[in-house]
Amino acid sequence: MNRLRLPDSTKVRVGLMIFGFFVLVALVGPTLVTHVFGLSATELDVEHLREAPSSAHWLGTDKNGRDLLARLVVGTRTSLQIGLFAGLIATGLATLLGIAGAYIGGRTDAFLTAFTNIFLVIPGLPLLIIVGSYVKGRGGWWVTALIIGLTSWAGGARQKRAQALSLRNRDFVTATEMLGESRRRVIVFELVPHLAPLIAASLLFSVVGAIFAEAGLAFIGAGNPSIISWGMLINEAGPNALFNGEWWTFVPPAACIALLGTAAGLINFGIDEISNPRLRMVARKASTRLTAVTGAKR
Amino acid sequence: MLEARNATKYFEVRGRGHHEVRALEAANLTLYRGRIAALVGESGSGKTTLARLMALAYPLTDGEILLDGVPADPRGQKDRRRYYARVQLIFQDPFSSLNHLKRVRYIIGRALRIHGHASGRAEVEAKVLELLERVNLTPAKDFIDKFPHQLSGGQRQRVVIARALAVEPAVLLGDEPVSMLDVSIRLDILNLLAKLRDDEGLAILYITHDIASARYFADDINVMYAGQLVESGPAEAVSQQPKHPYTRLLLDCSPDPDRSDSGVVDTFDDELGEPPSLIDPPPGCRFHPRCPFARDECRTRLPEATTFEDGSWTRCWLYGEGGQAG
Repeated sequence: MNRLRLPDSTKVRVGLMIFGFFVLVALVGPTLVTHVFGLSATELDVEHLREAPSSAHWLGTDKNGRDLLARLVVGTRTSLQIGLFAGLIATGLATLLGIAGAYIGGRTDAFLTAFTNIFLVIPGLPLLIIVGSYVKGRGGWWVTALIIGLTSWAGGARQKRAQALSLRNRDFVTATEMLGESRRRVIVFELVPHLAPLIAASLLFSVVGAIFAEAGLAFIGAGNPSIISWGMLINEAGPNALFNGEWWTFVPPAACIALLGTAAGLINFGIDEISNPRLRMVARKASTRLTAVTGAKR
Repeated sequence: MLEARNATKYFEVRGRGHHEVRALEAANLTLYRGRIAALVGESGSGKTTLARLMALAYPLTDGEILLDGVPADPRGQKDRRRYYARVQLIFQDPFSSLNHLKRVRYIIGRALRIHGHASGRAEVEAKVLELLERVNLTPAKDFIDKFPHQLSGGQRQRVVIARALAVEPAVLLGDEPVSMLDVSIRLDILNLLAKLRDDEGLAILYITHDIASARYFADDINVMYAGQLVESGPAEAVSQQPKHPYTRLLLDCSPDPDRSDSGVVDTFDDELGEPPSLIDPPPGCRFHPRCPFARDECRTRLPEATTFEDGSWTRCWLYGEGGQAG
């Protein structure tokens, strides 16, 4: 069956293209930049400090004379890695704890809900800053991702619990239980597919949220200075970049962040349609009807 | 085969104070091999509760469910699976009892796999096709890869029945299996169930509002009112010589050209009344606020069962203190 058919919506296609572009850059960009263009993200060059974009340095150089294109490309990989890793942790925890609580119910649910609520009321960013400052410089990008993932799952867990609760007492779940299906299979094969749109959408937004969180963390100086990421690039541009007219130091990474956010929003339009076959049919029928109506008018 | 003995279920009501809904009180019902027992009553009388108790959907407040004379006491997954291998419930609403993300092949195939009746792609497919043909979804090949939303209500209910049959159960509990369906399809489904009884000796519980269809199709009729069984007996006896005033009311509400006596209609005024609250049920016989024959003892004491020669019994003061009657 054509499960992987590209959605018809233009919005979704544009979103996917932007997202795909960033993924491509993250995958092959660093190799391409170093080995084909011969640029280095870390090499200092005191002859060329704070240079505007030129044919030698397409995105200019920073205050230490490092090539900004190379740094942006390497930063893309780091930011996406952090986003993906943190997003997977957050969504995985949210899905597991949310659905398990709702389905099993009773004391397990009460305990999991209380646990979720505690994480929910801890203010996210300050916690992130404190932990971020504490582990500063230790470990690699994945430590940052781990911290973000472990602090941002609570809201999603509540959301998934609520959705799973409404599914839990539906007849088809009871019917499956009355076939003698195991709890694990009911959760994985009956409940999760129904929550797939929600899980996919929240994964997408956790990924983007984690990228934002890392950027914010790095921007205020609580990031890991040994890694190169979009947030770190903006941080390194410094507070005077705007007044000195050094736009090339902060506009490209900021634009990348904004573009990725836009792409996520666009893709979200299509997620519901992909995972809900009934919606797909309705959409198609509606468009046929629309053509029929407009055709009749002409 | 399957027996509910003294089955009682109270549901707690949340909110201020301690309330409970007495959904079902001391119901005794036995299903026999190769027989269809109908359970008749109006909405909220506890029919579905009884069926779901017999399907172990919730724990009983009191009483027990016996399968082949052994109390069903599911402790874990394995016990439940063993029970469901023998007893299957058919839901009222075929639109909600199928997962709309799954194809018919998966829905029925899972039932086969769980109970070890088929394994491997080819064998499952062959068995699913066979089941679809048994429930008259033909050509079966056209239906196996459909999603539930591509099927009509009657076709869905057949899939639900096929899923229940895939387990190869001994008992089918039909919770208003035809009430959501179009009148033109109802008879097909009922005939299908009757065929399963005759050909394979299934014990079937048929829950309905419609006492006329119960008479047509069932061997025994059990009448329920406000959480209690009020009359029970062979289908002909209950539908032709109803004893309990409530059974008469039900029969009067459904047209039946064969019925001989027509005098009862007038005994009820135009006001037929409403079923009582189950949180605070009336004392004595629960039907007395609506009963044209209500007497003093009806308002205070619940009558004992009176057994008749035609094999039926009822709980009504009209027939005395209980025991045997002519």
